[in-house]
Amino acid sequence: MSTPPATPRKRLPLAPLAAIAAVVAVAGIGFLYVAGRLGDTPPSARTLIGAIEAAAGPHPGYRRAHSRGVCVGGWFEGTADGAALSSARVFAQDRVPVLGRLSIGGGDPHGAEAGARVRSLALQLRSDDGADWRLAMNSFPFFAVPSAEAFLEQTRAQIPDPATGKPDPARMAAVLAKYPSARAFRDWAASAPWPDSWANTTYNGIHTFVFVAPDGRRQPLRWSLRPRVPLVAMDAAARAAATPDYLAAEFARRLAAGPVAWDLVATLPAPGDALDDPSQLWPAARPTRTLGTLWLDTMAAQAQGVCRDVNFDPTVLPPGIERSGDPILAARAAVYAHSFNRREREIARGQAPEATGQEGPR
Amino acid sequence: MNPAARFVPLARLLHWLMAALLLSQLLIGVAMMASLVLRPPLIALHRPLGLALLVLVLVRLWVRRRHPPPALPADLPRWQAAAARASHLLLYALMLVLPLLGWALSSAAGNVVVVPGDVALPAIAPHDPVLYAWLRAAHGLLAWLLLATVLGHVAAALHHAWIRRDGVFEAMTWGRRPPPGTG
Repeated sequence: MSTPPATPRKRLPLAPLAAIAAVVAVAGIGFLYVAGRLGDTPPSARTLIGAIEAAAGPHPGYRRAHSRGVCVGGWFEGTADGAALSSARVFAQDRVPVLGRLSIGGGDPHGAEAGARVRSLALQLRSDDGADWRLAMNSFPFFAVPSAEAFLEQTRAQIPDPATGKPDPARMAAVLAKYPSARAFRDWAASAPWPDSWANTTYNGIHTFVFVAPDGRRQPLRWSLRPRVPLVAMDAAARAAATPDYLAAEFARRLAAGPVAWDLVATLPAPGDALDDPSQLWPAARPTRTLGTLWLDTMAAQAQGVCRDVNFDPTVLPPGIERSGDPILAARAAVYAHSFNRREREIARGQAPEATGQEGPR
Repeated sequence: MNPAARFVPLARLLHWLMAALLLSQLLIGVAMMASLVLRPPLIALHRPLGLALLVLVLVRLWVRRRHPPPALPADLPRWQAAAARASHLLLYALMLVLPLLGWALSSAAGNVVVVPGDVALPAIAPHDPVLYAWLRAAHGLLAWLLLATVLGHVAAALHHAWIRRDGVFEAMTWGRRPPPGTG
């Protein structure tokens, strides 16, 4: 090693050092800002999942929303109408295996099933070309709010006030006053019949998706799963008298008698119908196409069922189906990802004995 | 040290191309976890970009093996030379590991990585919640470590360019070298 030449001691090069520090600091702070680590302005996906957790309370290992449910399995058979609208393999393949989850709305994994206003069905269709289609559908026909920010406002209004243990009615009133769709949703909740089974419930995709035909033609549409089992409504007295696992027990009895079917029906918009706003319902007279039929024939508890570790992110789509610009759809992808990360982390750390069925008798 | 020594042009091209892509990738990564509404388009960029960076770092390692980089100045303090070696080793290790972790965590989550052209990559890890949780945590932590290492690398490069003026920074550029002794 050579000896460095003796140089006269120089003054510290302050200006270039400051410039280097500034470059590093600006880049570092910029990253922290984009990562949403410098506060909640603007609100981030973590802000929203935090509000959802605060509204429901801690339930380690469970989904942060629609926490109570069961795993189901079955198959999907597409129609020629479906194959004409989309090049997705699911519509051309004979039978596509389906993994799914029937659930109730809300973040309480112990909520009484019959008393839940919202019922949900999530599906994963994996066709033989390896493509993956995930659907997350609900019994409500439209979303209560038009934007991710409004969804955050609505969720925050549902957080219990520490003083009373209940949400502040004034905050919810403010959300209702601000958003006409929130009032329409309240009216739907007050008037729509309560199906007495997961099997006779209609599940709506609510968001607009774009089907891309084999010839490249693009058709925006919204889909619903319409039950083949006729609707039987449940009145308030029957709901109050039902056991907490009423829907799961009822569905198990039904499956014992044979598979349960829904038709996947697409509604096509007219010019002027809202494509990017799931809070705007399309008029009932719009034309429809039947895309296929879903059959469910198996069911398993979610604690050790396959659906537990699946994130039913509705933006996971096969080639031939594309997302619209709907901001609620995009926000669902963001919060589902955080919900999935958090519950899988709790499961990995052994913090979720109940959610994974590892718990001893209580 | 040969004072005119520079990285071969292909190594310089790969360095600056990867610098741009890697910084974009890190920014997309943190943004897609934070954004309320941009996750779908950002993850659609993040996955193919990660795969591209994995291919590029393999090419770069091959180029580096065939064309070893110019030696550091002999008068560089020993601790700085050691830090340079260690940080370059760390940069290469992280550039290799992060895309593989990203791919593996997608597999462990039961997700398929689809790259443009509708090509589905095979799973490289079993669908398993415990494995997923650890891979996901490692991916996030190591990404921040990579950012910190990159910022350290930038600071060191600028130290060579603006303070030492010893030609180390210029070895990776195309511009005229500063005349010796202007430092």
